[in-house]
Amino acid sequence: MSAELKEKDPMFSLKNRRLVSAPLNRDNPITVQVLGICSALAVTAKMEPAVVMALSVIFVLGMGNVVISLLRKTIAPRIRIIVQLTVIATLVILVDEFLKAYAYNVSKQLSVFVGLIITNCIIMGRFEAFSMANKPWPSFLDGVGNALGYGLILVIVAFFRELLGSGSIWGYPVLEKIGLYHIGYENNGMMILPPMALILVGIIIWVQRSRVRELIEKN
Amino acid sequence: MFSNRYIFIYSSVMVIIVAALLSTTSLLLQPRQQKNKTIAKIQGMLAAMNVEATFNDAEELYATYVKTELAIDQDGEVVGIYRNGTLEKGTVRPFDIDLKKELYNKKMGRPFLIPLFIAENHSNTMYVVPLRGVGLWGPLYGNITFGPGFDVVVGAQFSHDKETPGLGAEISTNEFASQFIGKKILDDNGRFTSIKVVKGGAATLPADQQVHGVDAISGGTITSNGVNTMLADCLENYMSYIQKNITR
Repeated sequence: MSAELKEKDPMFSLKNRRLVSAPLNRDNPITVQVLGICSALAVTAKMEPAVVMALSVIFVLGMGNVVISLLRKTIAPRIRIIVQLTVIATLVILVDEFLKAYAYNVSKQLSVFVGLIITNCIIMGRFEAFSMANKPWPSFLDGVGNALGYGLILVIVAFFRELLGSGSIWGYPVLEKIGLYHIGYENNGMMILPPMALILVGIIIWVQRSRVRELIEKN
Repeated sequence: MFSNRYIFIYSSVMVIIVAALLSTTSLLLQPRQQKNKTIAKIQGMLAAMNVEATFNDAEELYATYVKTELAIDQDGEVVGIYRNGTLEKGTVRPFDIDLKKELYNKKMGRPFLIPLFIAENHSNTMYVVPLRGVGLWGPLYGNITFGPGFDVVVGAQFSHDKETPGLGAEISTNEFASQFIGKKILDDNGRFTSIKVVKGGAATLPADQQVHGVDAISGGTITSNGVNTMLADCLENYMSYIQKNITR
Protein backbone atom coordinates (compact mmCIF):
# COMPACT_ATOMS: atom_id res chain seq x y z
CA MET A 1 0.00 0.00 0.00
CA SER A 2 2.67 2.51 1.01
CA ALA A 3 4.61 1.78 -2.17
CA GLU A 4 1.51 2.63 -4.16
CA LEU A 5 1.06 5.93 -2.36
CA LYS A 6 4.64 6.96 -3.00
CA GLU A 7 4.34 6.23 -6.69
CA LYS A 8 4.39 9.46 -8.65
CA ASP A 9 1.48 10.61 -10.75
CA PRO A 10 2.35 10.49 -14.44
CA MET A 11 2.74 14.01 -15.86
CA PHE A 12 -0.53 13.89 -17.75
CA SER A 13 -2.56 11.66 -15.49
CA LEU A 14 -6.34 11.96 -15.51
CA LYS A 15 -6.14 14.01 -12.34
CA ASN A 16 -3.67 16.42 -13.88
CA ARG A 17 -5.63 16.74 -17.09
CA ARG A 18 -8.72 17.57 -15.04
CA LEU A 19 -6.78 20.47 -13.52
CA VAL A 20 -6.69 22.05 -16.95
CA SER A 21 -10.11 21.00 -18.24
CA ALA A 22 -12.30 21.61 -15.19
CA PRO A 23 -11.86 25.40 -15.16
CA LEU A 24 -12.96 25.51 -18.78
CA ASN A 25 -16.45 24.44 -17.78
CA ARG A 26 -17.53 23.21 -14.35
CA ASP A 27 -15.05 25.24 -12.33
CA ASN A 28 -14.86 28.25 -14.58
CA PRO A 29 -13.40 31.13 -12.59
CA ILE A 30 -15.74 33.70 -14.13
CA THR A 31 -19.06 31.93 -14.60
CA VAL A 32 -18.97 29.58 -11.62
CA GLN A 33 -16.67 31.18 -9.09
CA VAL A 34 -17.53 34.71 -10.29
CA LEU A 35 -13.95 35.96 -9.93
CA GLY A 36 -12.13 38.33 -12.26
CA ILE A 37 -15.35 40.00 -13.35
CA CYS A 38 -13.76 43.45 -13.22
CA SER A 39 -11.32 42.89 -16.05
CA ALA A 40 -13.90 40.86 -17.97
CA LEU A 41 -15.93 44.08 -18.20
CA ALA A 42 -13.00 46.30 -19.08
CA VAL A 43 -11.05 44.56 -21.84
CA THR A 44 -13.83 42.91 -23.81
CA ALA A 45 -15.00 45.74 -26.07
CA LYS A 46 -12.70 44.33 -28.78
CA MET A 47 -11.34 40.83 -29.37
CA GLU A 48 -7.66 41.69 -29.76
CA PRO A 49 -7.04 43.17 -26.30
CA ALA A 50 -9.12 40.35 -24.81
CA VAL A 51 -6.84 37.72 -26.37
CA VAL A 52 -3.61 39.48 -25.38
CA MET A 53 -4.98 39.95 -21.88
CA ALA A 54 -5.78 36.23 -21.72
CA LEU A 55 -2.23 35.35 -22.83
CA SER A 56 -0.70 37.64 -20.22
CA VAL A 57 -2.87 36.12 -17.49
CA ILE A 58 -1.88 32.61 -18.63
CA PHE A 59 1.79 33.56 -18.20
CA VAL A 60 1.37 35.33 -14.86
CA LEU A 61 -0.91 32.69 -13.33
CA GLY A 62 1.12 29.72 -14.62
CA MET A 63 4.44 31.15 -13.43
CA GLY A 64 3.00 32.60 -10.23
CA ASN A 65 1.48 29.28 -9.22
CA VAL A 66 4.84 27.56 -9.74
CA VAL A 67 6.74 30.18 -7.70
CA ILE A 68 4.23 30.11 -4.85
CA SER A 69 4.19 26.32 -4.92
CA LEU A 70 8.00 26.20 -4.67
CA LEU A 71 7.95 28.64 -1.77
CA ARG A 72 4.87 27.17 -0.08
CA LYS A 73 6.70 25.52 2.83
CA THR A 74 8.72 28.64 3.65
CA ILE A 75 5.86 31.14 3.64
CA ALA A 76 4.64 32.07 7.13
CA PRO A 77 0.83 32.06 7.14
CA ARG A 78 0.72 35.52 8.71
CA ILE A 79 2.45 37.17 5.75
CA ARG A 80 1.27 34.90 2.96
CA ILE A 81 -0.94 37.54 1.28
CA ILE A 82 1.99 39.97 1.18
CA VAL A 83 4.26 37.32 -0.32
CA GLN A 84 1.62 36.41 -2.91
CA LEU A 85 1.08 40.02 -3.89
CA THR A 86 4.83 40.58 -4.24
CA VAL A 87 5.14 37.57 -6.53
CA ILE A 88 2.21 38.72 -8.70
CA ALA A 89 3.46 42.30 -8.90
CA THR A 90 6.98 41.20 -9.80
CA LEU A 91 5.77 38.94 -12.62
CA VAL A 92 3.41 41.57 -13.97
CA ILE A 93 6.11 44.26 -14.00
CA LEU A 94 8.47 41.85 -15.77
CA VAL A 95 5.83 41.14 -18.43
CA ASP A 96 5.25 44.86 -18.83
CA GLU A 97 8.96 45.69 -19.16
CA PHE A 98 9.57 42.94 -21.71
CA LEU A 99 6.52 43.94 -23.74
CA LYS A 100 7.75 47.54 -23.79
CA ALA A 101 11.18 46.47 -24.98
CA TYR A 102 10.34 43.71 -27.45
CA ALA A 103 6.68 44.14 -28.38
CA TYR A 104 6.16 47.87 -28.13
CA ASN A 105 2.96 47.93 -30.17
CA VAL A 106 1.25 45.21 -28.16
CA SER A 107 2.23 46.94 -24.94
CA LYS A 108 0.68 50.16 -26.19
CA GLN A 109 -2.54 48.38 -27.04
CA LEU A 110 -2.87 46.69 -23.69
CA SER A 111 -1.98 49.97 -22.02
CA VAL A 112 -3.29 50.06 -18.48
CA PHE A 113 -4.55 46.49 -18.31
CA VAL A 114 -1.22 44.74 -17.93
CA GLY A 115 -0.85 46.60 -14.65
CA LEU A 116 -4.37 45.65 -13.68
CA ILE A 117 -3.52 41.94 -13.81
CA ILE A 118 -2.07 42.56 -10.32
CA THR A 119 -5.57 43.11 -9.00
CA ASN A 120 -7.13 40.15 -10.81
CA CYS A 121 -8.85 38.14 -8.07
CA ILE A 122 -8.43 34.84 -9.94
CA ILE A 123 -4.66 34.93 -9.45
CA MET A 124 -4.81 35.50 -5.72
CA GLY A 125 -7.65 32.99 -5.51
CA ARG A 126 -5.59 30.22 -7.16
CA PHE A 127 -2.54 30.96 -4.98
CA GLU A 128 -4.66 30.66 -1.86
CA ALA A 129 -6.77 27.72 -2.95
CA PHE A 130 -4.27 25.61 -4.84
CA SER A 131 -0.59 26.37 -5.10
CA MET A 132 -0.13 27.00 -1.35
CA ALA A 133 -0.95 23.30 -0.85
CA ASN A 134 0.24 21.54 -4.00
CA LYS A 135 3.39 20.59 -5.88
CA PRO A 136 4.77 22.82 -8.68
CA TRP A 137 3.66 20.74 -11.70
CA PRO A 138 -0.02 20.37 -10.71
CA SER A 139 0.07 24.04 -9.66
CA PHE A 140 1.33 25.02 -13.07
CA LEU A 141 -1.46 23.04 -14.75
CA ASP A 142 -4.04 24.51 -12.41
CA GLY A 143 -2.80 28.02 -13.21
CA VAL A 144 -2.84 27.51 -16.95
CA GLY A 145 -6.26 25.83 -16.77
CA ASN A 146 -7.84 28.63 -14.79
CA ALA A 147 -6.28 31.30 -16.98
CA LEU A 148 -7.62 29.45 -20.04
CA GLY A 149 -11.09 29.28 -18.48
CA TYR A 150 -10.89 33.00 -17.82
CA GLY A 151 -9.61 33.71 -21.34
CA LEU A 152 -12.36 31.59 -22.89
CA ILE A 153 -15.12 33.70 -21.34
CA LEU A 154 -13.23 36.90 -22.23
CA VAL A 155 -13.03 35.91 -25.87
CA ILE A 156 -16.70 34.84 -26.05
CA VAL A 157 -17.86 38.11 -24.49
CA ALA A 158 -15.49 40.16 -26.66
CA PHE A 159 -16.70 38.36 -29.80
CA PHE A 160 -20.32 39.38 -29.22
CA ARG A 161 -19.51 42.86 -27.98
CA GLU A 162 -17.30 43.63 -30.96
CA LEU A 163 -19.70 42.06 -33.46
CA LEU A 164 -22.83 43.77 -32.16
CA GLY A 165 -21.21 46.97 -30.90
CA SER A 166 -18.71 47.78 -33.65
CA GLY A 167 -19.88 45.43 -36.41
CA SER A 168 -16.48 43.80 -36.76
CA ILE A 169 -14.54 40.69 -35.75
CA TRP A 170 -10.86 41.19 -34.85
CA GLY A 171 -11.09 44.64 -36.42
CA TYR A 172 -12.44 43.27 -39.73
CA PRO A 173 -15.73 44.98 -40.63
CA VAL A 174 -17.85 41.87 -41.28
CA LEU A 175 -21.27 43.47 -41.10
CA GLU A 176 -20.24 46.20 -43.53
CA LYS A 177 -18.90 43.61 -45.97
CA ILE A 178 -22.11 41.59 -45.99
CA GLY A 179 -24.04 44.82 -46.56
CA LEU A 180 -26.19 44.81 -43.44
CA TYR A 181 -26.03 48.61 -43.08
CA HIS A 182 -27.72 49.10 -46.45
CA ILE A 183 -30.93 47.52 -45.18
CA GLY A 184 -31.07 49.85 -42.19
CA TYR A 185 -29.11 47.92 -39.56
CA GLU A 186 -27.25 49.98 -36.96
CA ASN A 187 -24.58 49.04 -34.44
CA ASN A 188 -25.79 48.84 -30.88
CA GLY A 189 -23.79 51.49 -29.02
CA MET A 190 -24.81 49.92 -25.70
CA MET A 191 -22.67 46.87 -26.44
CA ILE A 192 -19.41 48.78 -26.16
CA LEU A 193 -20.28 50.07 -22.69
CA PRO A 194 -19.16 47.95 -19.71
CA PRO A 195 -22.64 47.06 -18.32
CA MET A 196 -23.42 44.98 -21.41
CA ALA A 197 -20.41 42.78 -20.62
CA LEU A 198 -22.03 41.96 -17.30
CA ILE A 199 -25.31 41.09 -19.02
CA LEU A 200 -23.46 38.89 -21.53
CA VAL A 201 -21.62 37.11 -18.70
CA GLY A 202 -25.06 36.60 -17.10
CA ILE A 203 -26.37 35.04 -20.30
CA ILE A 204 -23.32 32.75 -20.50
CA ILE A 205 -23.93 31.66 -16.89
CA TRP A 206 -27.58 30.97 -17.73
CA VAL A 207 -26.68 28.87 -20.79
CA GLN A 208 -24.03 26.98 -18.85
CA ARG A 209 -26.34 26.18 -15.94
CA SER A 210 -29.12 24.96 -18.14
CA ARG A 211 -26.65 22.56 -19.76
CA VAL A 212 -24.82 21.48 -16.60
CA ARG A 213 -27.68 20.94 -14.18
CA GLU A 214 -25.60 20.19 -11.08
CA LEU A 215 -24.31 23.76 -11.04
CA ILE A 216 -27.76 25.02 -10.06
CA GLU A 217 -27.96 25.79 -6.34
CA LYS A 218 -30.76 24.06 -4.44
CA ASN A 219 -32.46 26.29 -1.92
CA MET B 1 5.78 27.79 14.06
CA PHE B 2 7.32 30.81 12.33
CA SER B 3 9.01 33.28 14.67
CA ASN B 4 8.79 37.03 14.23
CA ARG B 5 12.50 37.00 13.53
CA TYR B 6 11.99 34.55 10.68
CA ILE B 7 9.21 36.67 9.21
CA PHE B 8 11.29 39.84 9.33
CA ILE B 9 14.29 38.20 7.69
CA TYR B 10 12.09 36.43 5.14
CA SER B 11 10.35 39.64 4.08
CA SER B 12 13.58 41.63 3.93
CA VAL B 13 15.31 39.04 1.78
CA MET B 14 12.28 38.78 -0.48
CA VAL B 15 12.10 42.54 -0.95
CA ILE B 16 15.83 42.79 -1.73
CA ILE B 17 15.68 39.96 -4.28
CA VAL B 18 12.63 41.44 -6.00
CA ALA B 19 14.13 44.95 -6.03
CA ALA B 20 17.40 43.69 -7.49
CA LEU B 21 15.61 41.62 -10.11
CA LEU B 22 13.32 44.42 -11.22
CA SER B 23 15.94 47.16 -11.31
CA THR B 24 18.36 44.97 -13.26
CA THR B 25 15.68 44.14 -15.80
CA SER B 26 14.70 47.77 -16.06
CA LEU B 27 18.30 48.92 -16.57
CA LEU B 28 19.05 46.23 -19.13
CA LEU B 29 15.92 46.92 -21.14
CA GLN B 30 16.05 50.71 -20.89
CA PRO B 31 18.12 51.44 -24.04
CA ARG B 32 15.74 49.31 -26.11
CA GLN B 33 12.67 50.91 -24.58
CA GLN B 34 14.12 54.38 -25.16
CA LYS B 35 14.84 53.57 -28.78
CA ASN B 36 11.28 52.25 -29.18
CA LYS B 37 9.97 55.54 -27.81
CA THR B 38 12.08 57.69 -30.14
CA ILE B 39 11.07 55.60 -33.15
CA ALA B 40 7.42 55.74 -32.08
CA LYS B 41 7.69 59.55 -31.89
CA ILE B 42 9.18 59.67 -35.39
CA GLN B 43 6.59 57.21 -36.71
CA GLY B 44 3.87 59.40 -35.23
CA MET B 45 5.16 62.47 -37.04
CA LEU B 46 5.52 60.57 -40.29
CA ALA B 47 2.00 59.16 -39.90
CA ALA B 48 0.70 62.73 -39.51
CA MET B 49 2.37 63.46 -42.86
CA ASN B 50 0.63 60.37 -44.30
CA VAL B 51 3.94 58.52 -44.65
CA GLU B 52 3.97 54.86 -43.61
CA ALA B 53 7.13 53.95 -41.73
CA THR B 54 8.36 50.68 -40.27
CA PHE B 55 10.58 50.33 -37.25
CA ASN B 56 13.66 50.06 -39.47
CA ASP B 57 13.18 52.82 -42.03
CA ALA B 58 11.58 55.45 -39.74
CA GLU B 59 14.76 57.38 -38.99
CA GLU B 60 15.84 57.40 -42.61
CA LEU B 61 12.43 58.59 -43.83
CA TYR B 62 12.38 61.27 -41.17
CA ALA B 63 15.69 62.64 -42.48
CA THR B 64 14.31 62.65 -46.04
CA TYR B 65 11.14 64.54 -45.25
CA VAL B 66 11.79 66.79 -42.28
CA LYS B 67 14.27 69.42 -43.44
CA THR B 68 14.05 71.97 -40.64
CA GLU B 69 13.25 71.81 -36.95
CA LEU B 70 12.40 75.10 -35.23
CA ALA B 71 12.16 76.07 -31.59
CA ILE B 72 9.67 78.88 -31.06
CA ASP B 73 9.24 80.90 -27.86
CA GLN B 74 6.01 82.19 -26.30
CA ASP B 75 6.11 85.38 -28.44
CA GLY B 76 6.36 83.47 -31.70
CA GLU B 77 10.06 84.26 -32.20
CA VAL B 78 12.28 81.54 -33.66
CA VAL B 79 14.98 80.89 -31.07
CA GLY B 80 16.36 77.59 -32.32
CA ILE B 81 17.03 76.12 -35.75
CA TYR B 82 18.21 72.59 -36.52
CA ARG B 83 18.84 71.89 -40.18
CA ASN B 84 20.54 69.03 -42.04
CA GLY B 85 21.90 67.44 -38.89
CA THR B 86 23.39 70.59 -37.35
CA LEU B 87 22.13 72.96 -34.71
CA GLU B 88 22.36 76.38 -36.35
CA LYS B 89 20.77 78.43 -33.59
CA GLY B 90 19.79 77.87 -29.97
CA THR B 91 20.98 75.42 -27.38
CA VAL B 92 18.70 72.40 -27.67
CA ARG B 93 17.60 70.39 -30.67
CA PRO B 94 13.87 71.09 -31.18
CA PHE B 95 13.22 67.34 -31.51
CA ASP B 96 14.35 66.89 -27.90
CA ILE B 97 12.10 69.60 -26.44
CA ASP B 98 9.99 68.07 -23.67
CA LEU B 99 6.51 69.31 -24.58
CA LYS B 100 5.05 68.20 -21.26
CA LYS B 101 7.51 70.40 -19.35
CA GLU B 102 7.01 73.36 -21.69
CA LEU B 103 3.22 73.19 -21.45
CA TYR B 104 3.57 73.13 -17.67
CA ASN B 105 5.74 76.26 -17.88
CA LYS B 106 3.02 77.86 -19.98
CA LYS B 107 0.36 76.97 -17.41
CA MET B 108 2.51 78.48 -14.67
CA GLY B 109 2.91 81.69 -16.70
CA ARG B 110 6.62 81.14 -17.29
CA PRO B 111 8.45 81.49 -20.64
CA PHE B 112 8.30 78.33 -22.76
CA LEU B 113 9.57 76.79 -26.00
CA ILE B 114 7.59 74.84 -28.57
CA PRO B 115 8.93 72.78 -31.46
CA LEU B 116 7.79 73.09 -35.06
CA PHE B 117 8.84 70.67 -37.80
CA ILE B 118 8.92 71.85 -41.38
CA ALA B 119 8.76 69.07 -43.94
CA GLU B 120 8.92 68.95 -47.71
CA ASN B 121 6.95 66.50 -49.79
CA HIS B 122 6.98 66.92 -53.59
CA SER B 123 8.07 70.56 -52.99
CA ASN B 124 4.99 71.17 -50.82
CA THR B 125 5.78 72.69 -47.46
CA MET B 126 4.14 71.03 -44.48
CA TYR B 127 4.13 72.15 -40.87
CA VAL B 128 4.06 69.35 -38.30
CA VAL B 129 2.92 70.38 -34.82
CA PRO B 130 3.36 67.93 -31.94
CA LEU B 131 0.48 67.77 -29.47
CA ARG B 132 0.22 66.74 -25.87
CA GLY B 133 -2.74 66.61 -23.50
CA VAL B 134 -4.60 64.59 -20.92
CA GLY B 135 -7.19 61.85 -21.47
CA LEU B 136 -9.21 59.82 -18.99
CA TRP B 137 -6.46 57.62 -17.54
CA GLY B 138 -3.24 59.17 -18.76
CA PRO B 139 -1.53 61.38 -21.32
CA LEU B 140 -2.66 61.83 -24.91
CA TYR B 141 -0.27 62.86 -27.62
CA GLY B 142 -0.18 63.21 -31.35
CA ASN B 143 0.86 65.28 -34.31
CA ILE B 144 -1.10 67.41 -36.70
CA THR B 145 0.21 68.52 -40.08
CA PHE B 146 -0.82 71.65 -41.92
CA GLY B 147 -0.42 72.64 -45.55
CA PRO B 148 1.53 75.72 -46.75
CA GLY B 149 -0.85 78.28 -45.22
CA PHE B 150 -0.68 76.72 -41.72
CA ASP B 151 -4.48 76.53 -41.76
CA VAL B 152 -5.79 73.45 -43.53
CA VAL B 153 -4.98 70.06 -41.99
CA VAL B 154 -3.32 67.58 -44.33
CA GLY B 155 -2.81 64.80 -41.80
CA ALA B 156 -3.14 63.90 -38.14
CA GLN B 157 -2.18 61.14 -35.79
CA PHE B 158 -3.18 60.55 -32.18
CA SER B 159 -1.84 58.26 -29.53
CA HIS B 160 -2.34 57.51 -25.86
CA ASP B 161 -0.86 55.57 -23.00
CA LYS B 162 -3.75 54.28 -20.97
CA GLU B 163 -7.11 54.99 -22.63
CA THR B 164 -9.73 52.23 -22.52
CA PRO B 165 -9.35 49.77 -25.44
CA GLY B 166 -12.38 49.92 -27.72
CA LEU B 167 -13.53 53.25 -26.29
CA GLY B 168 -11.15 56.17 -25.74
CA ALA B 169 -8.29 54.22 -27.29
CA GLU B 170 -10.07 54.51 -30.65
CA ILE B 171 -8.49 57.96 -31.11
CA SER B 172 -5.35 56.19 -32.28
CA THR B 173 -7.19 54.62 -35.23
CA ASN B 174 -6.89 55.89 -38.77
CA GLU B 175 -10.66 56.35 -38.99
CA PHE B 176 -10.57 58.93 -36.24
CA ALA B 177 -7.43 60.74 -37.38
CA SER B 178 -8.38 60.91 -41.05
CA GLN B 179 -11.49 62.94 -40.18
CA PHE B 180 -9.18 65.89 -39.52
CA ILE B 181 -7.93 66.08 -43.10
CA GLY B 182 -9.31 69.20 -44.81
CA LYS B 183 -10.43 70.82 -41.55
CA LYS B 184 -9.28 74.36 -40.70
CA ILE B 185 -8.00 75.96 -37.51
CA LEU B 186 -8.50 79.57 -38.64
CA ASP B 187 -11.84 81.21 -39.40
CA ASP B 188 -12.47 83.43 -42.44
CA ASN B 189 -10.95 86.44 -40.65
CA GLY B 190 -7.80 84.53 -39.75
CA ARG B 191 -8.75 84.17 -36.08
CA PHE B 192 -7.84 81.00 -34.20
CA THR B 193 -10.84 78.67 -33.78
CA SER B 194 -9.12 75.29 -33.35
CA ILE B 195 -10.83 72.04 -34.34
CA LYS B 196 -13.45 70.56 -32.07
CA VAL B 197 -14.36 66.95 -31.50
CA VAL B 198 -18.15 67.07 -31.44
CA LYS B 199 -20.34 64.67 -29.48
CA GLY B 200 -23.22 63.53 -31.65
CA GLY B 201 -21.21 64.21 -34.81
CA ALA B 202 -19.86 67.23 -36.66
CA ALA B 203 -23.00 67.19 -38.82
CA THR B 204 -24.99 68.66 -35.91
CA LEU B 205 -22.97 71.90 -36.12
CA PRO B 206 -24.14 74.95 -38.10
CA ALA B 207 -23.00 74.73 -41.74
CA ASP B 208 -20.25 77.35 -41.42
CA GLN B 209 -18.81 75.63 -38.34
CA GLN B 210 -18.54 72.15 -39.85
CA VAL B 211 -15.08 72.83 -41.23
CA HIS B 212 -13.89 73.19 -37.62
CA GLY B 213 -15.46 69.97 -36.27
CA VAL B 214 -15.02 66.20 -36.37
CA ASP B 215 -17.08 63.32 -34.89
CA ALA B 216 -16.36 62.27 -31.31
CA ILE B 217 -15.99 58.66 -30.15
CA SER B 218 -19.02 56.99 -28.58
CA GLY B 219 -18.21 55.78 -25.10
CA GLY B 220 -15.07 57.91 -25.03
CA THR B 221 -16.41 61.30 -23.96
CA ILE B 222 -13.61 62.25 -21.58
CA THR B 223 -10.93 61.19 -24.05
CA SER B 224 -12.71 63.19 -26.78
CA ASN B 225 -12.82 66.23 -24.52
CA GLY B 226 -9.13 65.69 -23.82
CA VAL B 227 -8.43 65.83 -27.57
CA ASN B 228 -10.36 69.15 -27.74
CA THR B 229 -8.36 70.70 -24.94
CA MET B 230 -5.09 69.33 -26.33
CA LEU B 231 -5.72 70.83 -29.79
CA ALA B 232 -6.73 74.23 -28.46
CA ASP B 233 -3.97 74.35 -25.87
CA CYS B 234 -1.15 73.32 -28.20
CA LEU B 235 -2.20 75.08 -31.41
CA GLU B 236 -2.85 78.51 -29.92
CA ASN B 237 0.87 78.77 -29.08
CA TYR B 238 1.70 78.96 -32.77
CA MET B 239 -0.65 81.85 -33.56
CA SER B 240 1.92 84.63 -33.14
CA TYR B 241 4.39 82.65 -35.23
CA ILE B 242 1.75 82.23 -37.96
CA GLN B 243 0.89 85.94 -37.94
CA LYS B 244 4.55 86.93 -38.21
CA ASN B 245 5.79 84.37 -40.71
CA ILE B 246 3.05 82.91 -42.86
CA THR B 247 1.57 84.88 -45.71
CA ARG B 248 -1.98 83.82 -46.39
